[in-house]
Amino acid sequence: MDINDIIKPENRVYKRPALLNDTHMHYCPGCSHGVVHKLIAEILEEMNAEDKAIGVAPVGCAVFAYNYIDVDFIEAAHGRAPAVATAIKRLQPDKLVFTYQGDGDLAAIGTAETIHAANRGENIAIVFINNAIYGMTGGQMAPTTLLGMKTATTPYGRRADLNGYPLAISNLVAQLDGACYVTRQSVHTPAAVRKAKAAIRKAFENSMAGKGTSLVEIVSTCNSGWKLPPVQANEWMKEHMFEKYPIGDLKNV
Amino acid sequence: MAKIRGAVTIDEEKCKGCSLCVASCPADVLSLQPKEVNNRGYHYAFMSSPEKCIGCASCAMVCPDACIEVYRVKEP
Amino acid sequence: MEEVRLMKGNEALAHAAIRYGADGYFGYPITPQSEVLETLEDEMPWETTGMVVLQAESEVAAINMVYAGAGCGKAVFTSSSSPGVSLMQEGISYIAASELPALIINVMRGGPGLGTIHPSQADYFQACKGGGHGDYHAIVLAPSSVQEMCDFVSLGWDLAFKYRTPAMILADGIVGQMMEKVVLPEQRPRRTEEQIRQQCPWATTGKKGRKQNIITSLELDDDRMEQNNLRFQRTYREIEKNETRCELINTDGCDYLLVAFGSMARICQKVMELAAEKGIKLGLVRPITLWPFPAQQIADAAKGCKGILTVELDAGQMIEDVKLAVNCNVEVKHYGRLGGNVPTPDEVLAALENLFINK
Repeated sequence: MDINDIIKPENRVYKRPALLNDTHMHYCPGCSHGVVHKLIAEILEEMNAEDKAIGVAPVGCAVFAYNYIDVDFIEAAHGRAPAVATAIKRLQPDKLVFTYQGDGDLAAIGTAETIHAANRGENIAIVFINNAIYGMTGGQMAPTTLLGMKTATTPYGRRADLNGYPLAISNLVAQLDGACYVTRQSVHTPAAVRKAKAAIRKAFENSMAGKGTSLVEIVSTCNSGWKLPPVQANEWMKEHMFEKYPIGDLKNV
Repeated sequence: MAKIRGAVTIDEEKCKGCSLCVASCPADVLSLQPKEVNNRGYHYAFMSSPEKCIGCASCAMVCPDACIEVYRVKEP
Repeated sequence: MEEVRLMKGNEALAHAAIRYGADGYFGYPITPQSEVLETLEDEMPWETTGMVVLQAESEVAAINMVYAGAGCGKAVFTSSSSPGVSLMQEGISYIAASELPALIINVMRGGPGLGTIHPSQADYFQACKGGGHGDYHAIVLAPSSVQEMCDFVSLGWDLAFKYRTPAMILADGIVGQMMEKVVLPEQRPRRTEEQIRQQCPWATTGKKGRKQNIITSLELDDDRMEQNNLRFQRTYREIEKNETRCELINTDGCDYLLVAFGSMARICQKVMELAAEKGIKLGLVRPITLWPFPAQQIADAAKGCKGILTVELDAGQMIEDVKLAVNCNVEVKHYGRLGGNVPTPDEVLAALENLFINK
């Protein structure tokens, strides 16, 4: 069979989602952000939610998320996405409201907003990219940076006595009465991508069902910040990140 | 038994040559162009062994730039 | 229907907002303005008009909730007092830069720092000269009575929506805490989603039937960012042209001119009476908009007078704008009390006499 007999519209089993804008993403090669953007676009399409979805973009590498995912978006100040999402959802309860945040945004400068939005049980979904480093500003230490991990501001490795410990913020959020679903996923293999997609979809459905706050942590890579090629970064993540941030549900009520 | 045949198309200009698709392919179908680069200077991915493709979409799922589309047929 | 009530300025703010058809309030308690949130919670407008009231975890969260609500085209507001408003400055800059209509209320207390819970006007610079980062302005309204606390809620929102810019009510602890008669306006219905989509086609209401809307202040292309800034400046010039407001009292042929806003303008009216008994003719300019500042009106009123005294609850902030207004053609002096103290009319008159007449 000739390859041109296979590549026909009726044989297509995987396509670029329509809600992912036809543009070049600014992310570094191999960046997990692209995969998660694609999943969100797929899920919103499958839920027929493009007319009622309102995303909240963070400050960090995903600051331009609104240029890629074709739904209404508000760009939040650094760390304030859960506060922004709170108001959107309270004022427009029929909308599907989600934030998209990195570890610095969600677990450092925005810790208060994260904890309190979840504690109030705001009916929002939080997608949390944890790559243990500040990507956009050039690879500085994040709250989730592992002990011993080298970054631009921990050039000799993170030390507990100098920098404190890596923050497993999803475990904190899971303890809050307002949080209905807290899970940790990754997107480094096709199987992981499928599970991450199911998790984000569940979080979005919870938002519409009014079940409370959902948080989906995606343990991710930052090839540029980690100074590793993408495939090796995935290996490094499996070896080191999953120990501190094990994959699986932390809460599901 | 019918044999599954697959093929992928790759948006060469969107590809950043991260090679995650290459690593995730269970059938060793994909490679990065050894010499050719796209307009942004990346060695983009291509089907170096197209006859092996089973259309499983593993490559497309892990592709961060959504530049892979997957096709699949059952060969009679 | 209209209703005559006796209440505090802070309570009037809350009632006026509900009756305006406000969609949401987001705030954090701080003296001397906590009655705004308390009154709203007591009135339970979510049961009547559907208005959202939320006690946020901080002023930082509150202003970002306001930013979000404004981004959705809703009539939203927050209130705080000086230290809390300092925390909100980043958010106000974002609201201005994203060209969003929002209402922010500052019932000023004495600073700097934690300062005092007693009244002050020392946030004039913060309110009128930016406060947050970047070239922006908020329309700043200065109420001097409980009635104006009520009326400026609707005026503030109307202006904010007209120009897509933040509006601020800059009150002080006296106006917030004092009780007076107030005529509350009729209850207006909240706008429907359809009305919001029409009035605010830029709002994030879900992209049904249109392209994606994005609320952002980020623009990394220098030329486009410059164009954004030039557009903001054109709006500010338009606001200056159309919306400058002040009250002139006995300014024709006065010997000396007082310039004072908010509670100080009320004290200055008593000063005028005391001065008249001594044969001194005083006029008063009461700026109602502090930005845009009524510079031309002050320059006109100052023609022929022997001196201008600005009376402020601060160390001399508005005086800078008054000096610019009269371009050094008239001598301008300042009298103020600090730290939460409020001057008596006798004290102000004595200051005027010492600074200008008996010098």
